[in-house]
Amino acid sequence: MARSKIDRRKFLAGVALAGAASASPEGAKAATPPIMEKAPRPSALRPSAAVAAAETGTPQISAKPAGMPGSDFMVDVIKALDIPYLPSNPAQSFRGLHESLIDYGGNKKPEFLTCTHEETSVAMAHGYFKIAGKPLLVLCHGTVGLQHAAMAIYNAWCDRVPVIVMGGTDLDASKRPPGVPTFHSAQDVCALIRDFTKWDDQPVSLQHFAQSFVRAYKLAMTPPYEPVALALNAELQEMTANDRARLTIPRYVPTTPPQGDLNAVREAARLLANAEHPVIVADKCARTANGVKLLVELAEALQAPVIDQKGRMNFPNTHHLSQNARGRTLIGEADVILGLELSDYWGTVNAFIDNGEVDGAGLQESHIKPTAKLISISSVLLNTKSNYQDFQRLQVVDIEMAADAEATLPALIEAVKQALPSSRKAAIEARGVGMKKAWNEARDRTRQAAAYAWDASPIGTARMAMEVYAQIKDLDWSSVGGDRQLSSWPSRLWPMEKYYHHIGGPGGYGIGYGAPAAVGAALANRDAGRFSINFQPDGDMMYSPGVLWTAVHHGIPLLTVMHNNRGYHQEVMHVQRVANRRDRIAYAGKDLGPIGTRIENPVIDYGKLAGSLGMWSAGPITDPNDLAPALKKAVQVVKAGEPALVDVVTQPR
Amino acid sequence: MIVRALIVTMIFAQDPAAAASAEHGKVAFMQHGCWQCHGTVGQGSIATSGGKPLAPGLLPWETFSSFVRSTNRAMPPYSDKILTEGDLEDIYAYLQSIPKPPDAKTIPLLNP
Repeated sequence: MARSKIDRRKFLAGVALAGAASASPEGAKAATPPIMEKAPRPSALRPSAAVAAAETGTPQISAKPAGMPGSDFMVDVIKALDIPYLPSNPAQSFRGLHESLIDYGGNKKPEFLTCTHEETSVAMAHGYFKIAGKPLLVLCHGTVGLQHAAMAIYNAWCDRVPVIVMGGTDLDASKRPPGVPTFHSAQDVCALIRDFTKWDDQPVSLQHFAQSFVRAYKLAMTPPYEPVALALNAELQEMTANDRARLTIPRYVPTTPPQGDLNAVREAARLLANAEHPVIVADKCARTANGVKLLVELAEALQAPVIDQKGRMNFPNTHHLSQNARGRTLIGEADVILGLELSDYWGTVNAFIDNGEVDGAGLQESHIKPTAKLISISSVLLNTKSNYQDFQRLQVVDIEMAADAEATLPALIEAVKQALPSSRKAAIEARGVGMKKAWNEARDRTRQAAAYAWDASPIGTARMAMEVYAQIKDLDWSSVGGDRQLSSWPSRLWPMEKYYHHIGGPGGYGIGYGAPAAVGAALANRDAGRFSINFQPDGDMMYSPGVLWTAVHHGIPLLTVMHNNRGYHQEVMHVQRVANRRDRIAYAGKDLGPIGTRIENPVIDYGKLAGSLGMWSAGPITDPNDLAPALKKAVQVVKAGEPALVDVVTQPR
Repeated sequence: MIVRALIVTMIFAQDPAAAASAEHGKVAFMQHGCWQCHGTVGQGSIATSGGKPLAPGLLPWETFSSFVRSTNRAMPPYSDKILTEGDLEDIYAYLQSIPKPPDAKTIPLLNP
């Protein structure tokens, strides 16, 4: 403290000397403005009586309102739902609740996770749920924050993932501050995201808040799981609850998921039991670890092949009935197809080739036998929104159950076992033998396909996947990113048996999901003691690189391996296709692909990017022989509880 | 003389690489964007080429050329206005030069 005083004196003396210097004739000569030639004016107005009294009199402490801050009660409500984390970017419109969460709530359950973008916040909640099975709460500015968050909410909507979003607003125009807070308010903040949230409300009292928060949680957690939203009025947060005892928090009772009608279940079982070539296709079927077990039981009862579309980890790829490699062929030969929570049934049984033929409609071909019977179990039929087209094309099916597939599986398994005629026992066993042979052959073909480009530079994606696997295979690992961008090598080559071995993709294919969803999933894995790995596409990374800082700041261990193909690869062929149709060369300029589709000139150094955000990093790596040592070090960092990034320059896919 | 010309034509039809440049073919393969779906060494991908490698095991020249010029499947056709016959022959020569991959059984990482 004494040292501080001395420093202050020296500083003031310095200021005085500097002032004297600038007042010298020499200094004035260079800097005197013309106004100085006029009559001097006082440097400040005389203080008013009120200002003088405030500055010289004894400060009066405002009387603190009795009772409880409204936002403290909100924290009580939030805590009642046992929400572990709150990934959010701070905003004035929820300052009351923010302060209550960290001071009254002790920053525990939920713990505030500092995010650098609202899209990141929601995507983290999205990834977290797919591992932990619990929804998180995200706070946003009601206007600009929700606009940032909107794409991530849409992804969660398409992926049937619950997220509870609250958008701050200040409804009373006569009380709210002008300027920024008014820019950040709206009459109906949830309107912006209403098309892709299951339910929303704008509570006008604290009791209303309690009812709506519990209702929002309940609706979000009833299949089909979906995001929900609440408008969070500033006045409600900052008001005083004079009588806390009169406020009640409704008890949360989970809703039973909708199950298929028993008659429909029995008819589906009859078709499956008597089929010569039944096929099961699963997309977002297994909501939990139990869902995987149930699907195995059903497939084994029928010895039916399973095509896993990987919206979730539905079926172990080490099982002989896992027949993804022959998906199209098996669907084409099937006499009965059971679709479980398919995002796109039409696309499963038809082909669409975008080649401009048929007056621009492209080739649209059925892939199934005309006599094939189609069965669908999907809870998405219970969604009733119309604007966004995530419901996909209408596919006519023979039996359609508006029900949750996982919840319906026990009844279906039982019905199938009862419907199986003893006369078909030998045929079903023989089908299983054939499936085992096909599974072995497919595994050998897949491994040989992985050998192509094994030593290539840019590095082949199969090589990258297997170099990573070599480093983590003895750990309890979880792949928390999509792998379609790298030819699905991890799901084709790694043994995936547990429900957390992969978590599917973004749902709505909105780019910017990958990195933050992986961090959210890694957070859930951290709490479960698992090792998380994410193959991270470069284009996706650049939407929200700030999430790397969030991972470091909150000590979320995650191995990020950059799939750095230096382009928006998905878009290349769209431009190429149209250029070819018009007999024109797609102009690349100085890049290696059509202008607008490449991320080069300059290339991005993701190692440096991660390093600048405080993360351990290595790369860019271009020689496949350099992968193992870098990955080994990175795995050690992650095992020690920190995130790490290895930048790998890769083949396009 | 006619017989000799016929023999030369037949050889060329079977193997355009005899007159083409694999080195320039690699450049053309990159410039025309073939690598974006087929990989820089023709390895292919299940995401962009049905999982089928271009090479080795290259299609016969006539089939290859005909497919590139007139396909109506997922790959768009390339007319000679945007991909000259010379460049296509050179690309074919490059693909022919790609060595066979190692046997997967000899790669320890593929046999964990």
